[in-house]
Amino acid sequence: MLVPVRLTVAELLRDRLGLTGTKVSCEMQVCGVCTVLVDGDPVSSCATLACDLDGTEVLTVEGLARGRDLHPVQEAFMDANALQCGFCTPGFIMMAVALLDAHPDADQAEVREWMDGNLCRCTGYDPIETAVTVAASRLAAATAEDGQ
Amino acid sequence: MTAVPRSDAWEKVTGRARYAVDAVLPNMAHAAVVRSERAHARISAIDRAEAEAAPGVIAVVTAEDLGDLGRRFGHIVPDHAILAEGKVRYYGEPVAVVVAETPHQAADAAELVWVDYDDLPALTDAATALASDVLIHEQSYVEPGQKFLDVAPAASTDNVAHRNELAWGDAEAALATAATVVETTTTFPLVYGYAMETYNALADWQPGSLHVVSTAQHPLMVRRELARMFSLPLAAVRVEVPYIGGGYGSKSYTKLEPLAAAASWAAGRPVKVTTDVEAAMYTTRADGALVTVRTGFDADALICARDIDIRFDTGAYADNSPLVLTKSINRSFGPYRTPNLRVRGVAAYTNTSPASSYRGFGAPQAALAGELNMDMAADRLGIDPVELRRRNLLAPGDTIIEGKRPLDADLVADLDAIVSALDRHAAERDAEVQVTGGQHAAGRDADVQVTGARHAAEAGIRRGRAVAVTASDAGASPISTAQVRMHADGSVTLLVSSTEMGQGSRTALSQIAARELCVPIEAVAVGQSDTRFTPFEWTTGASRTTTVVGLAVQAACDDLWDNLRAKAADSAGVLVDEVVVHGGRLHLAADISNTVSGSGAGGDGVGEHGTGSGTGVAGALGAGERGTSAADAAPVVKDSGSGLAPGEVIRQWFGADAGEVVGVGVVRRDGATAVLPPFWEIGAVGVEVSVDVATGEVTVEQLVTVGDVGYAVNPDLVKGQDLGAATQGLGIALWEEMVYDGEQLTNPNLVEYRVPRLRDTPRRITSVLAERGDGAGPYGAKGAGEGALNPVPAAVAAAVGRAVGVWPTELPLTPPRVWSLLQQAQQ
Repeated sequence: MLVPVRLTVAELLRDRLGLTGTKVSCEMQVCGVCTVLVDGDPVSSCATLACDLDGTEVLTVEGLARGRDLHPVQEAFMDANALQCGFCTPGFIMMAVALLDAHPDADQAEVREWMDGNLCRCTGYDPIETAVTVAASRLAAATAEDGQ
Repeated sequence: MTAVPRSDAWEKVTGRARYAVDAVLPNMAHAAVVRSERAHARISAIDRAEAEAAPGVIAVVTAEDLGDLGRRFGHIVPDHAILAEGKVRYYGEPVAVVVAETPHQAADAAELVWVDYDDLPALTDAATALASDVLIHEQSYVEPGQKFLDVAPAASTDNVAHRNELAWGDAEAALATAATVVETTTTFPLVYGYAMETYNALADWQPGSLHVVSTAQHPLMVRRELARMFSLPLAAVRVEVPYIGGGYGSKSYTKLEPLAAAASWAAGRPVKVTTDVEAAMYTTRADGALVTVRTGFDADALICARDIDIRFDTGAYADNSPLVLTKSINRSFGPYRTPNLRVRGVAAYTNTSPASSYRGFGAPQAALAGELNMDMAADRLGIDPVELRRRNLLAPGDTIIEGKRPLDADLVADLDAIVSALDRHAAERDAEVQVTGGQHAAGRDADVQVTGARHAAEAGIRRGRAVAVTASDAGASPISTAQVRMHADGSVTLLVSSTEMGQGSRTALSQIAARELCVPIEAVAVGQSDTRFTPFEWTTGASRTTTVVGLAVQAACDDLWDNLRAKAADSAGVLVDEVVVHGGRLHLAADISNTVSGSGAGGDGVGEHGTGSGTGVAGALGAGERGTSAADAAPVVKDSGSGLAPGEVIRQWFGADAGEVVGVGVVRRDGATAVLPPFWEIGAVGVEVSVDVATGEVTVEQLVTVGDVGYAVNPDLVKGQDLGAATQGLGIALWEEMVYDGEQLTNPNLVEYRVPRLRDTPRRITSVLAERGDGAGPYGAKGAGEGALNPVPAAVAAAVGRAVGVWPTELPLTPPRVWSLLQQAQQ
């Protein structure tokens, strides 16, 4: 795929590929709404050029579920009522996935530190923090089961 | 009721939910807006030749290209230029719009539109504007007798967008003889509602029709303005509102839609207009306010008079600010017995971003001064601030404003709930401070423990606690319609035009429909707001949806039952009165008796619903009998007649596995909503803050909110609204402020305009639900959504004042401001 040099990753995803799950808001890497994972690392897709990602693997919110089965982080956001308007939700979910991939045993302070880079204007954050914590413990439990 | 999960959760966690900004149409073009680089200037020339010649450009549109279209909009004062004509009135005002094949081409070409200006004096604050001979609007746009609700806009052009007053008794005389008079003046900053999905609109003009997809909270209000602009019948204008990424009032009324529609008309193509955060801050903000409150108390510390002055900085265009000012006046003196009152308000035009609705709608601005004033008075009178409020609060049923609905809340009980939660938080904190290096706290409390220990160790922290209470005449105009379409299998499509912006209205309204129709929640689908298909709705604001639209949904369900009874009677060849509803099924009256009572019907879920019999379902399920009391008196089935399910009635009548029966519900100023407001929305909060003496940094340690909602249709949604609203209040109290330096906004971005982040959340949060069944809405419900924001800025200001020993006069309480207060305290 050939892209113009100035095309951002968010524009590529949303306008060219029709993957509108990734949202854009502050356009200054403050709000975290546009977070996608590039080779596993969280990246602001609104402030990254598509051409710079040649050869990388980009994971968006659309790619988390396996068929009809949601990712545990997605499930936890539903269960904890961790969304209202939902506009920030894909960014939070991608950041939480990145956190739990990197630190499966993340404690509360780490959750708060990582999630502090995403903005939500509806919930007051408390349910989001709960959702990430719940997802962490579910993933830990699943890992423990796999290990037995 | 029950905390059923949000109906939109799955599509929102999978990225599948469709928002306005995601909307596309075939052959869609993109617009970029050329914005003013002056706060106040005449436009002497616009050179568009270079832009027109740029790659991909379809059209460059300025005010002079608008032909026969209406040039201005504004639902109260039609002062708002779609594109600046002759002059610009604020930095960032749209001057031209460039339409091109791609967003990049449009943005590039917009840089090539050259605008020449002749500068005029820029009046960037309210005091300057009101004192100046320079006029921001040189003509009045108000027709004689023009009115919007109770607001009759002023026809003056002296930089006054609106002026209003409320008075009774003789405040001046009462203040002259009062035992104690306490005066407070506060400045409420210019704030931006920051909905994360910024304003956008997609318009498709075709001869005789206009289709718009936008972020409008009030699609029917937008439809009316667009119909007027294009001289089209209402039916020819279709406004569609998918999910919107936050609203908080900031997306009320008309914003970008006329610009997109004009661009589509000029280009002959569907055109999409979007905003970045900077452009969104230029589109709408909340009114800044300077408020002075003087309260007189008698020897028993009872209020004898309040005299209040409110001055709004309303920006360049009136938008909804005249109504916000009127509401601010109504909400300024608090839910206190006030035998003598005078409130005077003025909304000043200034050369800044236009102000309009924002969550709380004038209440936070006024309460900042009013509630801080109560704390200052308590101090002066030597009385506990909670006790002073208890003494003066109105009781349930008391008159707040003559001719309006009496108070439908128990504020003293709310206050007691706050105090007990704050005490519990404090006890928990003290217990943790005493445990050193202990293991008892888990999760978040772990850092509380550390913090607590540090606080005990350091003398550099001061604490302050405060409560604040507000009552808002909420619910807006009680005009609402709803439709329920029951399908051949008994499932239901609910149609309303209340927009879903995160508050969860589709879930809550589904719950009401499910309960009324005795179907599971999964059997109710809700249509998206679309003026072509969904029925009329006044607005989505003023915390009105559960109450007012909820009543319309109930009425629609009643109507549906009546229609089902008629169909069942027709099929059975009996009179309609011979068919009754019980347990979600239709029976012949002869098969059922209502003489035996005592079953526990009427609760949640299928088959528990109350019974209708005799003269009609509507009577048996009527609003007056609803709620907890009706549930206990439901009759039981005497015989074994099992009746027909609604789906069976539909299939039988149509003679096929097909067909549909529709119920329509209407709410107007009648019945439960005859007296305005539809309800008083209560804001009741408590906070405890700590102040770092060295830096002036404020940390909100505790937050207690009371959702005094009468009845929580979905408790999780109410708590979500309360915490979200309170958090926005913390942002205003501590960080948020649009800063003008001369003509220009200096912080039009989320780096320099700081909103609350996750680690700002209070360490201890309690969300109390007060369910006393005292609302006019379904099952005794009242609204939530704005209430928990309204008192928060005041409560934080009072708590900081107590912590540092000097009362703040200005928000936000940034570290430099608090540090200055600390220095004052030492002098």
